[in-house]
Amino acid sequence: MRYEAPETIEKACQLLAAEAGHARVLAGGTDLLVQIKTDVLDPSVVIDIKKIAATRTITSDAAGFKIGAAVTGAELKEHDALKAAWPGLVEAANLIGSTQVQGRATLGGNLCNGSPAADSVPALIAAGAKAQIVGPEGRRELAVEDVMIGVRKLALTKGEIIVSFTVPARPKHGGDAYLRFIPRTEMDIAVVGCGVALELDASGTCTAARLSLGAVAERPLLVAEAGRALVGTKVDAAAIEAAAAAASAACRPIDDKRGTKVFRIQVAGVLARRTIQLALDRANGKTGATH
Amino acid sequence: MAKHHVHTTINGDPIELLCDTGETLLDVLRNQLNMTGTKEGCSTGDCGACSVTVDGRLVCSCLMLGVEANGKKIGTIEGLASGDALHPLQQKFLEHAALQCGVCTPGVLVASKALLEKNPDPTETEVRYWLAGNLCRCTGYDKIVRAVMDAAKEMRSA
Amino acid sequence: MQDKVKSPMSSEFSVIGTRPVRPDGVDKVTGRARFGADLNMSGQLVGAVLRSPHVHARIVKIDTSAARALDGVKAVVTQKDFVSQSNATTNFGEGTLNLMHTVTNVLAGDKVLYHGHAVAAVAATSSAVAKQALKLIKVEYEVLPHVIDVDEAMAPGAPLLFPDMITEGVKPAPTTPSNIAKRIDIVLGDVEKGFNEADVIIERSFKTAPVHQGYIEPHACIATVSEDGQAELFVSTQGHWIVRMLCAKLLGWDINKIKVTAAEIGGGFGGKTVVYLEPLALLLSQKSRRPVKMVMSREDVIRATGPTSGSSMTIKMGATKDGRIVAGEALLKFQAGALPGSPVGPGCMCAFAPYDLANVKVIGYDVVSNRPKVAAYRAPGAPISEYAVESVVDELANKLGIDPIEFRLKNVAKQGTKAAYGPKFGPVGMAEALEAAKASAHWRTPLGKNQGRGIAAGFWFNIGGETTVSLVLNEDGTLGLTAGTPDIGGLRASLCMMASEELKVPLEKIRVQIGDTNQLGYNFLTGGSRSTFSSGMATVEAARDIKKEAVKRAAKLWELPEEAVEWDAASGAVRPAGPNAGKHKPMTLVDIAKIAGKTGGPIVGYSRLNAHGAAPSFACHIADVEIDPETGKASIVRYTAIQDAGRAIHPSYVEGQYQGGVAQGIGWALNEEYIYGTDGKLQNAGFLDYRIPVASDLPMLDTIIIEVPNPVHPYGVRGVGETCIVPPLAAISNAVSMATGVRFAELPMSPPRILAALDKARAEKTAKM
Repeated sequence: MRYEAPETIEKACQLLAAEAGHARVLAGGTDLLVQIKTDVLDPSVVIDIKKIAATRTITSDAAGFKIGAAVTGAELKEHDALKAAWPGLVEAANLIGSTQVQGRATLGGNLCNGSPAADSVPALIAAGAKAQIVGPEGRRELAVEDVMIGVRKLALTKGEIIVSFTVPARPKHGGDAYLRFIPRTEMDIAVVGCGVALELDASGTCTAARLSLGAVAERPLLVAEAGRALVGTKVDAAAIEAAAAAASAACRPIDDKRGTKVFRIQVAGVLARRTIQLALDRANGKTGATH
Repeated sequence: MAKHHVHTTINGDPIELLCDTGETLLDVLRNQLNMTGTKEGCSTGDCGACSVTVDGRLVCSCLMLGVEANGKKIGTIEGLASGDALHPLQQKFLEHAALQCGVCTPGVLVASKALLEKNPDPTETEVRYWLAGNLCRCTGYDKIVRAVMDAAKEMRSA
Repeated sequence: MQDKVKSPMSSEFSVIGTRPVRPDGVDKVTGRARFGADLNMSGQLVGAVLRSPHVHARIVKIDTSAARALDGVKAVVTQKDFVSQSNATTNFGEGTLNLMHTVTNVLAGDKVLYHGHAVAAVAATSSAVAKQALKLIKVEYEVLPHVIDVDEAMAPGAPLLFPDMITEGVKPAPTTPSNIAKRIDIVLGDVEKGFNEADVIIERSFKTAPVHQGYIEPHACIATVSEDGQAELFVSTQGHWIVRMLCAKLLGWDINKIKVTAAEIGGGFGGKTVVYLEPLALLLSQKSRRPVKMVMSREDVIRATGPTSGSSMTIKMGATKDGRIVAGEALLKFQAGALPGSPVGPGCMCAFAPYDLANVKVIGYDVVSNRPKVAAYRAPGAPISEYAVESVVDELANKLGIDPIEFRLKNVAKQGTKAAYGPKFGPVGMAEALEAAKASAHWRTPLGKNQGRGIAAGFWFNIGGETTVSLVLNEDGTLGLTAGTPDIGGLRASLCMMASEELKVPLEKIRVQIGDTNQLGYNFLTGGSRSTFSSGMATVEAARDIKKEAVKRAAKLWELPEEAVEWDAASGAVRPAGPNAGKHKPMTLVDIAKIAGKTGGPIVGYSRLNAHGAAPSFACHIADVEIDPETGKASIVRYTAIQDAGRAIHPSYVEGQYQGGVAQGIGWALNEEYIYGTDGKLQNAGFLDYRIPVASDLPMLDTIIIEVPNPVHPYGVRGVGETCIVPPLAAISNAVSMATGVRFAELPMSPPRILAALDKARAEKTAKM
């Protein structure tokens, strides 16, 4: 196994495209190293993208934030402006594994690992994040919900790398949240995850809403029905119930060691309700931290 | 296949070494440098026994390649005490009997030190969540949490 | 810190009951302490094990030639390299151990019996080469049907693991083979008569999942065998004499050829009382003439060592209206794993032990299935059977409308109670623990919304056994103490404290170590909560030996008969016994050490004994849980463990045992389980999905130490390490049952299981309306 640590994204794409064997991108490594250790993967080269400045920085302007794909969860948490704008996204990234894992794990890695249960992905989707992709054919942008197409399957072509994510600026009366269900309080993979972002007008009527679910299908889902159930309402109990019902209806989970199908569908509704409420509180200027 | 030439700093000492791509920082510490204070409990990032700091950031050394240590500053359990003086956390762990078998202890101490550097006055809940990735099977965590809180208190008044 | 705060109950002592820093503490907070994987030897090889990808299969052929031919491979072994054991047994504590089963678990013979069963081992110059060599070993398997569940394994027509297994303990012996290795029967009085007197009878069936000990340090050892056959083994184990004996038997070597040194041990909980890697490392070293180091991966630890049994049980109990339990009946079916030897025996014996009952009937079955062979786990068998009984006791109390503590007190085991399994109890602390629970602030605190409170009693025997300790008086009057039971959680501190108390020598003047197998006579292992009891008893004897010798030496110096000299316990010095003996200045051990040479030579206290009189420890736990009614998640919000220690030598480490047992019990009750697919393969062999409690899962764990001294031990010690894992399962189940209004009878009470039960109850309620 070779190790490369190029300093430009173009060089990284070149290495990735040119590799005859099996090449893997190394960001935080918290999934990749485990998969190598347990013989799930046996790459011929790992390409460390952390020496590429664009993957390691967070920038912001009036339009929003650009977050490097190899920025760690711990670093996101230390970025006050991002935390104030998208607390749900920052919290989601800081639910991945332990404090130790959050010191390494990245948004790019969490998405490109290709697990339907990745915590940060529903939060990114809810926030309307776009992945900035560079490859041999140049640059392109893809909505995060379109990046993963199945378990361990991505819409990236050979040689393509996600350099960064863009998220919009926080709308005036906007709020986001991410909650997940796990059997313990920490250290588990999500049995169900739910990200919500919504926007209100001055009268408190919902003008936009996005709800995304993790671990209930072969990939994280953007549940458009749930968003529609909220838009145009005051996000009252009936609207929240309707959105929660839409969330449960969108689930197509499996029975596995982490939860049953029935349990996931039921809890998706519960989590949808709780996450909408938290996002709503934030949109209304009430702060509320989660653990 | 050529080995990687790594220049790193461990507990303040400059270290130069050669490693294969597949070797983790944990492998390098334990097998090459004979620094066996850092423990291997799972090698999948689930137990925290291999906790070290990299440029001040708490990580699992089993989840980082040795070659990635190039140019970094690594902190391990062997660097916690200075001279004759144990770190206040070490002292409080002894006083509170916060260890039984002791195999998770180095990782717990390294993690706790990283916590107190960031948050000198943590609540019990903050200590528990920060240490959630450091598995201990002997103590039920009670005395560990008390020792960390007590050390924090002593360090604040120092 | 030498905090001299005394336990209020132990005020007659100056050292016992205080909380000094443990002697091995600094090494453990600085990373110096050497655990099983921390020793390296020059020229060492890496040993690795090939494991079965199948759940149950016949091994048709093993071809190791390609592996042997690989550069860097120095040795390859299979079961054929071990001594054939047929059905030989060896002594193991109070019982026996089947060596055929032991060797078969170290390396498979003609069949693999579970996914992950070891098949062959290699030693190579690096782990990469070793890994490659494993891939080159060609094993031809003939896959056989498998069985995982205990009830399915007992059913007629189940795939048989051993075509010649005839159930032991049944008369007349069955004529057809089965997966039932053994049946156990315990009978006291007449249960039929008892049930006829009952006003209320409850009968309920229970299931528990197998759980792993979950020690954080994987199994590890390093072995070196010289050309003349002298072997050294450094290993993480609970019993290095046991390792030595088992390796010698399996390899056919004389015991004196093997010296075993106990590494610092990173947790055991019973799981490090048998051998896995050790005989392989010795054999690979013998064949390669190089040191061989072997360390298990976490995955292998979970899929091929331990765990303890899963079970299927039915309990029936009857009581009169005034709260007297008149009969208890239990049917216990325990999974042994792939080879016989579940802890169903102690499970049967402990089931009703907290109570004074006239009529008891227990039937136990030891059942094999295609799972890893179980190993001891903290009070083996007791948490399982007592969980079921304590759940039914709770239900009886509810049904009778009697407070659960009062109900238990009405039936409590006390001094003179004849236990169903045989003995009459001496002074025991069950009633004291229940009274302390009743008086606790916890018991009186009101519960919040969605919360429930449960209590449960617990019992474990504790054991003694063969023990040797030496205590050397050094030239300057300091002391060197050597014990032979590995120190898992503060033993060395306790032993030093007992020696210090006895000899009035300050703790810092006593250096303590766990000796290797060449330094002492035989020691049974650290297990059965025996080490503070047995090695403590031997330490006190060795200290008394020193005192006797000191008297002798002073007498010689003073030219007095020995009767004219005495040890003064208050000052820790020898002095003339009375005015007639003359005026001699009392001599401390420092003075005695100076004259040792001219009065007869070195002074060494020694004790070798088989410690009898281990006294049982009883406990009562209180658990508060809170349920999320929408997700079924249970959280422990408050917990108090109350247990009789006999005497707490170092209260912090006694509390630590209670808290650790509770935490393991909480994991067992709520989340830990072995999850199998229909293919018979384990799906959660790692700490990610084998979910032991993490720091944020638990509240502070309160403890109350009861001291009802064990009259047989010089300082009143009972074992404390095991009883504490017994009550949590039922205490939590009773609390969840109270919080939800639904009676739970299956572990773990994972969120999907609780949510399903809640939904069922809600649907039934709606249907009734």
